[in-house]
Amino acid sequence: MTTLHVNGKTLTLDVPDDTPLLWALRDAAHLTGTKYGCGIAACGACTVHVDGQAVRSCVLPVSAVAGKQITTIEAVDGDAVGKAVQEAWRKLDVVQCGYCQSGQIMSAVGLLKVVKQPTDEDIDRAMAGNVCRCATYVRIRAAIHDAAASLA
Amino acid sequence: MTKHRKTLPLHTVQLVNESRRGFMKAGAGLALGIYLSPLLGDAADVLAQAPAAPPMPKVPPSAFLRIAADGGVTVISKHLEMGQGTFTGLATLIAEELDADWSRVSVEGAPADVSKYGNLAFGGAVQGTGGSTAMAGAWQQMRMAGAAARAMLVAAAAEQWQVPAKDITVSSGTIAHKASNRSAHFGEFAEAAAKLPVPENPTLKTPDQYVLIGKDSVRRRDSAAKVNGSAQFTQDVHLPGMLVAVIARAPRYGAKVASFDDSAARAIPGVVAAFAVPGKDKTYEDGVAVLAKDTWTALKARKALKIEWDESRAWRGSSDSLLADYRKLAATPGAVAVSRGNAAAAIEGAAKTVDAEYSVPYLAHASMEPLNCVVQLTANGGCEIWNGEQFHTPDQGAVAAQLGATPDKVLIHQLYAGGSFGRRANPKSEYILQAVQVAQLAAKAGHNVPVKTVWSREDDTAGGYYRPLALHVARAGLDAQGNIVGWTHRIVGQSIAKGSPFEAMMIKDGVDESLIEGISDLPYDAAALHVDLHIADNPVTTQWWRSVGHTHTGFAAEAFVDELAAAAGKDPYVFRRERLDKHPRERGVLDLVAQKAGWDKPLAKGKDGERRGRGIAVHKSFGSYVAQVAEVTVHKDGSVKVDRVVCAVDCGIAINPDVIRAQMEGGIGYGLSAALHGAITFKDGLVQQSNFHDYKQLRIHEMPKIDVFIVPSEEKPTGVGEPGTAVIAPAFVNAIANATGTRVRQLPLDPASLRA
Repeated sequence: MTTLHVNGKTLTLDVPDDTPLLWALRDAAHLTGTKYGCGIAACGACTVHVDGQAVRSCVLPVSAVAGKQITTIEAVDGDAVGKAVQEAWRKLDVVQCGYCQSGQIMSAVGLLKVVKQPTDEDIDRAMAGNVCRCATYVRIRAAIHDAAASLA
Repeated sequence: MTKHRKTLPLHTVQLVNESRRGFMKAGAGLALGIYLSPLLGDAADVLAQAPAAPPMPKVPPSAFLRIAADGGVTVISKHLEMGQGTFTGLATLIAEELDADWSRVSVEGAPADVSKYGNLAFGGAVQGTGGSTAMAGAWQQMRMAGAAARAMLVAAAAEQWQVPAKDITVSSGTIAHKASNRSAHFGEFAEAAAKLPVPENPTLKTPDQYVLIGKDSVRRRDSAAKVNGSAQFTQDVHLPGMLVAVIARAPRYGAKVASFDDSAARAIPGVVAAFAVPGKDKTYEDGVAVLAKDTWTALKARKALKIEWDESRAWRGSSDSLLADYRKLAATPGAVAVSRGNAAAAIEGAAKTVDAEYSVPYLAHASMEPLNCVVQLTANGGCEIWNGEQFHTPDQGAVAAQLGATPDKVLIHQLYAGGSFGRRANPKSEYILQAVQVAQLAAKAGHNVPVKTVWSREDDTAGGYYRPLALHVARAGLDAQGNIVGWTHRIVGQSIAKGSPFEAMMIKDGVDESLIEGISDLPYDAAALHVDLHIADNPVTTQWWRSVGHTHTGFAAEAFVDELAAAAGKDPYVFRRERLDKHPRERGVLDLVAQKAGWDKPLAKGKDGERRGRGIAVHKSFGSYVAQVAEVTVHKDGSVKVDRVVCAVDCGIAINPDVIRAQMEGGIGYGLSAALHGAITFKDGLVQQSNFHDYKQLRIHEMPKIDVFIVPSEEKPTGVGEPGTAVIAPAFVNAIANATGTRVRQLPLDPASLRA
């Protein structure tokens, strides 16, 4: 049994310690907004926040996040930055297939929490770990700028 | 190096409104052939029945829309939403004629039922999404459904209010009779309207009456769910008692399971079974499946399997040896696809000749959602399937055949697909048949439960079904004025149809149109043209990949035309334009892109002596015309950054301009990803790539700025999902040639070839 603090709730999950957080969230907690894309932290589809930091949950065993606060896409609207990013994503119709977008949004929120008015270079650095095969990058960039402006 | 002239005559763009009777046949002819299922009757008959206006089945509007008591409208999409915006597009057509409130419109996927949901661009005999046909096929049908439903609502209101129907107005979901100051939302008359006869020929709006079609204010209907994590993909399905299967697949084509030891795998808590999954001839290879209570356990257990493979008959070829074989083949005449005039003789007598060889590698689709499929066998001998289903009725038919059931016993629940780019429409229904087989074997092992078969990223990368490796050998002659007097073009590659149920229909006299599309209908004035091909034979499984044959024919044709322009000493835009007299829509997008890109002005120089250049390309595919200008910076180490792409598209009436722009942006990114990085290569029969670290994808810092311009048009709508992809590779290599003088003829780019 593993205890996780996810989206403000305490969950007791029947998963072994070596289970990556991704699979605990998806298969045990049924929080399926966080996606499996590669399993080697190379695409960012599994990005969640652990104590406010954007991390790749596919390579992070649950044993490493005991006692930490985990936020997933399902609860990212719990603060102003998350709300602003989701709103910008909707306004600009960033999504296409949508499968990577939870991870994109979690990475974008992670960036905007640290850098309030990111430059294109800041965005490239923060978002280069998130692959989008639909190549929605033009709009991801625009939406991050839009969210930053709305938060200013 | 090609220098652009300082000033060029830029041509203004006019509204193209040529008659395009037969556009379905010309534009979607190939896709039509691909998708017709032999399970569904005589394919040739159906092909013959695919005229400009395919017969519209009599389907009541209720098949395509529901109106709830609260006035909300649900559109039932016969097409898969895999990112291309089809849910939004189909809903726009219905909502336009229904005069619905766009904010109250939602969309859900239709089940597999060809009697209602056949793709009219495929002649109506198959339900499936592909060939960029959704809008073309549904344009008339969805508007008719919306208009019929509106007329029924109006009739119901007229009846209850006792006023003439003609005095009733409908706007944004509200039915009103102004003179008596009465109004109601749709929901108040939905039930009464449903009991009325369906009008046969409801009046459709004229374009000046549109409030949704062509408007940027119409936003995607799937954004909200995809932004908050609630959108359901196959990977997200959880059913009571469900087990997860992963399959250890044969490492080489033709390898067989000799024996396996599953004791270590079965010792892992949560593993419930392991069993061999025999391969299916020419469809998928042998494997060993592990069945577990969740995905992580299944993945872990698969690694613990010890499998002895019998590789005595396995294929041990390599990409290099295949290309060498292709070159040998290319030295001999192939099956003739087009022969107009005597091209070879014309080239012999030409003032100048140009020779070039182009090649492209195998490519995996690499959708963000790795392949998967959920299957539950049912007591009636059929099954239920949960899937991002792209090939509804061919898959339904193939699964039914495997189960020995009739197709109506195969119930498909449609979900969003996390990308596909063609992969979820397998010509042999391969991944679905394997998932059904796994469910059958699980049931035999005592687990008759829903089974989710999942592919890891490694499985998705190395598991087969690739855009075919292809070789082009082109030769052309120019006269002293730079006119093309002769052009010969030989293509070597595998046929996607070969070995599939579509082979007999798709390959005629050794010619598979999907291998030569875009070359066989070359738009440029060439006095003589000869196109032939060799269909290569090897065990590598191949499949359509976003824009199918155009992925390589667009590249070869437009890179070669650029070389001809250079040989003729002409500007590449002017050279193309002068040879497109008979093709006003190609010329239209070419003019528009040149104008918007500022082709007549010099490109800004690079910093610190970095080389910059721009290239142009134009190509028609899937009935749509796209031209692009790419601006590149070539760094000293030979790496290339595409700084900006200007894109012009003519896809007939622009139903959702913002979706069209998004598809051009995405199509360019997808094609550029392949041009920069994409290669699946074989060595000793093994795929050399496994995941995103060695099968690299375009990332945000490599994405160019993109400006999309849509040609105003009153022609019928054509596809936008694929046509943007085919044009970027040639624009990219032409820009590199402009910057460096080096012609890149083999993709992906090898930066070493461009070192300063």
